[in-house]
Amino acid sequence: MNVTTNTRAQRMTFWEKLYLPEIAKGLALTFKTMFKPKLTRQYPEERWEPLGSYRGRPVLVLEEDGERCVACGLCSRVCPALAIEVQAGETEREKERYPVKFEINMLRCIYCGLCEEVCPEEAIVMSKDYDIVFHSQEEAIFGKDKLLVPIARLQERLEFLRQYK
Amino acid sequence: MPTITIDGRKIETQPGKTIIEAALENGIAIPHFCWHPALSVAGNCRMCLVRVGSYKKGADGTLERDAEGNPVVQWMPKLQIACATPVADGMVVDTVGEKTIAAQNAVMEFLLINHPLDCPICDEAGQCKLQEYAFKHSRGESRFVEEKVHKPKRVAWSDRIIFDGERCILCSRCIRFANEIAKQPVLTFVERNDHVTIELFEGTTFDSPYSMNVIELCPVGALTSADFRFKSRVWEMSFTPSVCPGCARGCNINIGVRDNQILRLEPRPNPHVNQYWMCDAGRLEQYRWVNSGRISGAAVRRNGALAPASFEEAFRAVADLLSTARGDAMMVLSGSITNEDGFVARECAAAFGIEHVAFVERNDPTFGDDFLRSSDRNANATGLRALGIPSTTWKELLQRMHERMPAVIYFIGADPFAEQDSSSWEELLGSGGAIIAQLSNHSQLEEIADVVLPAATYAEIEGTFTNCDGWVQYLQPAVETAETLRRINGMAQSRLDEFGAPNDRWTHGERRLCRPHWQLLTGVAGAAGHSIAYRSAAEVFAAIEDRVEAFRAMNYEALRQYRGIRLGRGNDPEPVGVVYRSHYMKPQSD
Repeated sequence: MNVTTNTRAQRMTFWEKLYLPEIAKGLALTFKTMFKPKLTRQYPEERWEPLGSYRGRPVLVLEEDGERCVACGLCSRVCPALAIEVQAGETEREKERYPVKFEINMLRCIYCGLCEEVCPEEAIVMSKDYDIVFHSQEEAIFGKDKLLVPIARLQERLEFLRQYK
Repeated sequence: MPTITIDGRKIETQPGKTIIEAALENGIAIPHFCWHPALSVAGNCRMCLVRVGSYKKGADGTLERDAEGNPVVQWMPKLQIACATPVADGMVVDTVGEKTIAAQNAVMEFLLINHPLDCPICDEAGQCKLQEYAFKHSRGESRFVEEKVHKPKRVAWSDRIIFDGERCILCSRCIRFANEIAKQPVLTFVERNDHVTIELFEGTTFDSPYSMNVIELCPVGALTSADFRFKSRVWEMSFTPSVCPGCARGCNINIGVRDNQILRLEPRPNPHVNQYWMCDAGRLEQYRWVNSGRISGAAVRRNGALAPASFEEAFRAVADLLSTARGDAMMVLSGSITNEDGFVARECAAAFGIEHVAFVERNDPTFGDDFLRSSDRNANATGLRALGIPSTTWKELLQRMHERMPAVIYFIGADPFAEQDSSSWEELLGSGGAIIAQLSNHSQLEEIADVVLPAATYAEIEGTFTNCDGWVQYLQPAVETAETLRRINGMAQSRLDEFGAPNDRWTHGERRLCRPHWQLLTGVAGAAGHSIAYRSAAEVFAAIEDRVEAFRAMNYEALRQYRGIRLGRGNDPEPVGVVYRSHYMKPQSD
């Protein structure tokens, strides 16, 4: 017959079996925290601003004369979740290739940042956007209209990349 | 027979061969850019430098040996280029030693000095010889801090080829191709030193019918196709070995497919048929009609209008027409249907008692030349003749129909409106007689057809073509139809095909509802109660092999292995030998 002889209850001392001191300890912590400064944020009104190292949704860098991306397709190739689809086209600009279509399926994206790491042009970077919502699968596919972000708003991330890449 | 030793391996070879040839025949790859077996030797890239020597002999003629008993090699003081050094008996070659690799690394460093870092933009990336050797032989970063030399970029050599001077590594393959193969000597080196670039002679364009072969020939991305430019990256496409249906030559091709759309055709080396080349017309024309203008789904005419129908309904309708015609019917075949299609058409005609079965010859004397292009524009005229199907011409048919109109005309792949003066046909075909159109592409014929059956194209089927010299060549599907699936039918798959899910947009390429001619014909025969029961193209081919002498002892496996077998040589196929592939990183699925 199996008789358990070493359960937690059997190992407890008299004071532990009483429970009361433990309850008092717990309440002490509660009261102490009540008088500490509050860390809770009133989220939608009060937003958290991440640091440059934060990996939010990937975006495309938009420079004054157009997008940096040359549609080489490396991000699409490296993406472990196959979230990115790129269709290249020809342009008259000096860099003769540009993305006619650039789509990221945000339902597939896992925010790993490999696209940013592989990009030879530093054209796709992880932004600070973390609250991404959509109502349908179609809406979750972000095109160039949603992906292109002016370079001025990405300075912090580009700085971070230059420092640590 | 000279015997040489390459990396310790004894190789017997023929006199007159160069080291690189002898090595290639024995499966040893020596890195190179400018050498190509079909072109003359230029020896200007220096990539194939190897250490060459011979065994040292004593005064008495015996081999000198070192302390361990190995023969001592007397190396030549400098490295030699393997592409221009002929073999000699007793030669010792070292392709993997420290000195050889150091020389090749140095050559790579020199080549990369002025090569721009625009792989992200370049179409060649992923199948580039320079890129591959850069991985293997370069230091990883450049020691060259000065500004790179700038040369003309985006120069149109013709409306088909675009040249980028900066990417060019000056191997001269294109120049030699233009001079020796295309016979249009319009290219030349100009300038000196690091400013050397390739230019066209004043007032010329490089527009030979074979000019686009330089695109595959170019070891880097200096020459790109105006038609393909930036359509897709190489690694996003699947490549399926196939045969060009453009003329009777049947040049071997690779079909590049993404999203179930053919994006490009490129030549696939086959020493029996097309060596390394194909013509520009084939490359540019033979994929568009597969991608667009296709008939999808069967249709039957009801109350004067074509209405979509299921295959069963359409088969029933055709079977009824052919049965009631009681042999007063005509089967008009295309010369570009496969041997399998032709064979089943003949069987089907016999079952329905149709006597007039013929394929329509398509000849274009302006198309042919003395190299690859043939005036005979039928992909399979030789094969159909070997199966006992007579040929005819549209003119002959017109005359015949003017004399007496058959009750039913069954067009199989042949479209009278495609190239003929359509007015005479409109009048004639509209006048009476039922018309069955079994076609792959939309045509005016549909307007007067009683039944339309959607046929698959050469890119969607398994089968065989017989070229003008009697080479029976194997075709396999590259494009999915509504009834085939890549992963089930063993078709080539790209990464996107493999991992795409239904909610990915790249998996939404059009898949048409169509079937190969032979399968449609078995359906028609089945609907009339005739048993022509083949379940696959391989079964049809087995029946051909069994019943037609010229195809004896052939099967798909052997056709693939030998890259084509000549009619009547099934028992004694000609071996293909080692086939040289210029960019061995290039996707080759065979």
